[in-house]
Amino acid sequence: MIPEIGHFALIIALFLALCLGVLPIIGAARDNAVLSDTARPLAYGQFVLLAIAFLCLTYAFVADDFSVLYVAHHSNSQLPVIYKISAVWGGHEGSLLLWAFLLGGWILAVAVYSKHLPGEMVARVLGVMGLVSVGFLLFMLLTSNPFDRLLPAAADGRDLNPLLQDPGLVIHPPMLYMGYVGFSVAFAFAIAALLGGRLDATWARWSRPWTTVAWVFMTAGISIGSWWAYYELGWGGWWFWDPVENASFMPWLIGTALIHSLAVTEKRGAFKSWTVLLAIAAFSLSLLGTFLVRSGVLTSVHSFAADPKRGIFILSFLVVVIGASLLLFAWRAPKIGLGGKFDLLSREALLLSNNVLLSVATASVFIGTLYPLFMDALGYGKLSVGPPYFEAVFVPLIVPMVLMMGLGPLARWKKFALPELAKRVRWAFASALLIALLLPLTMGEWSAMIALGLLLAFWIIATMILSLHERLGGHGNFMQRARGQSLSYYGTQVAHLGVAIFIIGVTLVSGYETERDVRMDVGDTLQAGGYEFRFNGVTDVQGPNYTAAKGRVSVSKNGKPVTELFPEKRQYHTSGMPMTEAAISTGFLGDLYVSLGEPIPGSTGAWAVRVYIKPFVDWIWAGTLLMGLGGVLAVSDRRYRMRRRTTTNILAAGSK
Amino acid sequence: MARFILPFVIFMIVATFLYVGLGLNPREVPSPLVGKPAPEFSLPQLYEPDKQLSLQDMKGQVWLFNVWASWCTACEYEHPLFMELSRRNTVPIYGMNYKDKPEDAKAWLRRHGNPYTLVVSDAEGRVGIDYGVYGVPETYLIDKQGVIRYKRIGGVTEKDLSETILPLVKELQAK
Repeated sequence: MIPEIGHFALIIALFLALCLGVLPIIGAARDNAVLSDTARPLAYGQFVLLAIAFLCLTYAFVADDFSVLYVAHHSNSQLPVIYKISAVWGGHEGSLLLWAFLLGGWILAVAVYSKHLPGEMVARVLGVMGLVSVGFLLFMLLTSNPFDRLLPAAADGRDLNPLLQDPGLVIHPPMLYMGYVGFSVAFAFAIAALLGGRLDATWARWSRPWTTVAWVFMTAGISIGSWWAYYELGWGGWWFWDPVENASFMPWLIGTALIHSLAVTEKRGAFKSWTVLLAIAAFSLSLLGTFLVRSGVLTSVHSFAADPKRGIFILSFLVVVIGASLLLFAWRAPKIGLGGKFDLLSREALLLSNNVLLSVATASVFIGTLYPLFMDALGYGKLSVGPPYFEAVFVPLIVPMVLMMGLGPLARWKKFALPELAKRVRWAFASALLIALLLPLTMGEWSAMIALGLLLAFWIIATMILSLHERLGGHGNFMQRARGQSLSYYGTQVAHLGVAIFIIGVTLVSGYETERDVRMDVGDTLQAGGYEFRFNGVTDVQGPNYTAAKGRVSVSKNGKPVTELFPEKRQYHTSGMPMTEAAISTGFLGDLYVSLGEPIPGSTGAWAVRVYIKPFVDWIWAGTLLMGLGGVLAVSDRRYRMRRRTTTNILAAGSK
Repeated sequence: MARFILPFVIFMIVATFLYVGLGLNPREVPSPLVGKPAPEFSLPQLYEPDKQLSLQDMKGQVWLFNVWASWCTACEYEHPLFMELSRRNTVPIYGMNYKDKPEDAKAWLRRHGNPYTLVVSDAEGRVGIDYGVYGVPETYLIDKQGVIRYKRIGGVTEKDLSETILPLVKELQAK
């Protein structure tokens, strides 16, 4: 009965979404306030129904209702309860329901926190979001209903993929989806502005905090995914340029360009049409990501079971949504006008250049991701593009981007004089260069790539210190001046510092990591990176739904014990899938990482053991954390006090 | 106007490619080994482990080389086809038992029937690496000169057999 209620709630939600997508937009076009005013109640109603559907599916999981096909495929009675709940989004159908539910949540948030906006704008924004919702609900009901019954019911479920039975994977998809779906708000504002023909800076001001919040979620979602891959997959890597990772990275890059572009549009009225296009592109790439993951056109570790019918549906949906938006853009954008003028040497120009670089970076990821598909479609056969391509195109783009990033916050709007700016930053550059040249000497081998990476990172840090010094330094009351700066100024600095910390992590871990892959008998020792690893054998342990071989490795340095590590090799009962659980000792200066390979056949207790020393690897995620924190500071700015509650509210909704 | 329509045009081109892409299977990877000499091997026979079989012994005949294992469920689906093929006696089938225990393999053949002229054991999967085996079952068609002419990843279907493998066998045997 409960699953039928969920199914029914979805059908009514679709009906309400249809009304939401049609009535308010007609109302706004015809100045009919009665129709326009339907937007809010419809948004509330839709959210309630989607919440009911979501709760029904969650209930089916928690209650082990294996007469629901989706539950039977993705759960098992032995599964711990927390993973039963996260299994709701562990497969295609349920993750779509999560998408739809979160979209409903964003629509609700916009409906609640838009009281200060003109009624016709609200009607259009909610209407556009309603249309997006129609697409996803139709997709779910026509091709991927999570409430389909399995009769007769299965005795027990097939279990959740053991890879997904992990705390990281409990929160990674909801965070990432909050980001994907959140870009629909900026998209809806852009489309509403195009529809209404009001392309002044106001739409940018309204959509800016929403975009930043979505970007923060996305940053967090991607970082958690990367952190998960690092400790869970047992390869010691943190980014693999897998098509699905790229699918989330592309909207993030464009989203980053968008939040900077929105700042310029709001403050200076410049690049108006460019900002609209970025808003459309960020959400389009989110939709494209959905298509890539769910249609089976690309091979990836993340792909859901492919079904051509689903592929056709999402592709048609993409063509309708993106195609219509871009046509609307082509029709309305020429009337936008150029907006505020700026000089070739100005903060606007620096931001625009970085926008272009971010877009080029996105395009290069896009091409690398879809290249195998293009070649195959043209009949040139199968091939794949790996990390070498991405690294080769990315580094040259990052260098100028970071150099300008340091200058951006220091430069003046409209026009600056190059000699004056050069004079201001000369000490910052000199000290960054000095550190970059000397620091690698103290860490081991000197290489040009490491020095370059460090130069970029310390350039950001040095210019940041310079900016703080210029704003807060001098005689008088320091605290007063510090309080006088806006939170969004600090947000920018913190986020940029995050980029610097991230670059330091990436540079040092790729430059100085040590990897050893050896056969170890019980009692064997291994020297790596100044540490001694002693393998003390393996014991069998019993988990809630798996059996594991648990290794014990003691680590010492110069004869002094440092830590003990317990890597596991798990065998999950239901799926029979073996899983590697790496043991990691995290430290400020780096990680010690041990994972178990395979037992050596014919030996007495010997195993293939993999040991990594990863200097500064955690700085990668510390950096992304700071970037996200920067975003949080920016939306907490006084200007958004009205909307401050929005953010906390969304944060609360996201953690549900 | 023209430059504002550009994003739309680019998007439609991409969408067309995506549409074509839907009809293609990214997992269908042609083997780099097709058309190349089969990698050398010398492996113990399953039933007489002290006797070896090597690629050299096979020269001069067209033969199918089927990689299977007792733990492989997909092998059970293609197995009846090989049973029938062996009764027809058109082409000899040699089996390579991959990463398996000899007892398990023999028990499996007792239960499902043995279509193989000879079975060799690749218990550690070393020859499997040379042949680029990344999933069981896999089937190779090797000609009189020892060149791989066809490779099937995954279970052989009736259609593969009647439309591709058998015509190719006929052609190669006539050479």
